[in-house]
Amino acid sequence: MPSLLMGAFISIELALAFLGLGLLVGIPLAVGEVYGNKLVRNLVVLPIVEFFRSIPALVLLFLFYFGASYLKLNFSPFIAALLAMGLRSAAYQSQIFRGAIESIDVGQMLAARSIGMSKLKAIRYIIFPQALRISIPSWSNEYATVLKDTSLVYALGITELMRQGRYIVARTFGNAILVYVICALIYFLIVHLGVKMLNFLEEKYRLPGYEYKKN
Amino acid sequence: MAHTILKVENLHKSYGKIEVIKGINFEVKKGETKVIIGPSGTGKSTLLRCINQLDSIDKGQIWLEDIEITKAHANINQIRASIGFVFQSFNLFTHLTALENVRIGPLRVKEMKEEEATKIAIEELKRVGLEDKKDHYPAQLSGGQQQRVSIARALSMNPKLILFDEPTSALDPELIGEVLEVMSNLAKEGVTMIVVSHEMGFAHSVANDIIFMDGGIILEEGPPKQIFKNPKHERTAKFLSKITQLEGEKAK
Repeated sequence: MPSLLMGAFISIELALAFLGLGLLVGIPLAVGEVYGNKLVRNLVVLPIVEFFRSIPALVLLFLFYFGASYLKLNFSPFIAALLAMGLRSAAYQSQIFRGAIESIDVGQMLAARSIGMSKLKAIRYIIFPQALRISIPSWSNEYATVLKDTSLVYALGITELMRQGRYIVARTFGNAILVYVICALIYFLIVHLGVKMLNFLEEKYRLPGYEYKKN
Repeated sequence: MAHTILKVENLHKSYGKIEVIKGINFEVKKGETKVIIGPSGTGKSTLLRCINQLDSIDKGQIWLEDIEITKAHANINQIRASIGFVFQSFNLFTHLTALENVRIGPLRVKEMKEEEATKIAIEELKRVGLEDKKDHYPAQLSGGQQQRVSIARALSMNPKLILFDEPTSALDPELIGEVLEVMSNLAKEGVTMIVVSHEMGFAHSVANDIIFMDGGIILEEGPPKQIFKNPKHERTAKFLSKITQLEGEKAK
């Protein structure tokens, strides 16, 4: 049991790292896709987004891990996993943010420009605070997906929750169902708690005047 | 004689193949209120958007005092900061309170200290009679209140000129009065304004000059008395009689 908790802890760390990199790269991708010129959109943003969305996560992991050693880069499994899964999340997150940005009335940008804001300031002070609020529900989806997909990196030998489970099954000959049920419960709990937290944020930052009644 | 704030010379603007503005010339002097009237689709709103460069122009020149703002290397953000714009659909920033909406210009564009910017914002909210609503979000305000906040937002930048693009067209009839009252007061205070509007009462009592636009040109321009009593063009007379007829029906 302690080893499973250790594994769960690693899984959470991995998910946070993937989501963090995804956020850091995803936001500029979204801004580039909406506000960038054709060159930026077609030569930078879309190729990255399409590449990472079109290839299965496990294949990406192997590509980054073995591909790096082929190029004599020698990534640690963690770095390879971070790049593969983090950039993959960036691709998905960019589409979440793009959708949010595009759903904001164009009048907001016009009004910001009309008081003399530069495009960048308008994005930072007007568009983004609104887009983030709109993004939370779909972002909680991405959080759940990324957290569960950390189970795939056990293929690179990282001892996260799933691999710890395998070790226990191998050591105790049997008990497979019991161990995997516990693993499932742990994943469920982590995802559930995270989603609850995001729901809380969503409510907290909901704009007055935009409440709706729940029956 | 007051000095010239805005001068527009031979302005042309097309959308694709359709020429919307076909050579417009006019001037606005400091403290003047000009009301632009005319049938819809004649380029009134486009003209306003061209003046603060929200739309690019195809030909012609625009001067704001002695700066030619249509020059290629003109600092567009600085120019817009000194021209207020009030939109038909208010366009208040939905994630900010009334106070924050008014404060954000001084704070983020002029980069004033928060305390100083807040002081200005409160002053401007007082000016439109909404100091007590300062902590309300746009969605918690009526349309008339939102439009007044957006006027305060324009005022907060201490602009040389404010452009109003049909400021009451999106409002319920009973909310129009409060917005027009604020605008009349600004006119009295000597704020320079260009107003695109269908409110003939307002045009009659507040405008120094009325511009009648039709088909992308200025058909005639003059003080309200002249335009309403002795229009030179038949089209002006026709338009005015149609509008007053409509207003008469509304009054019933």
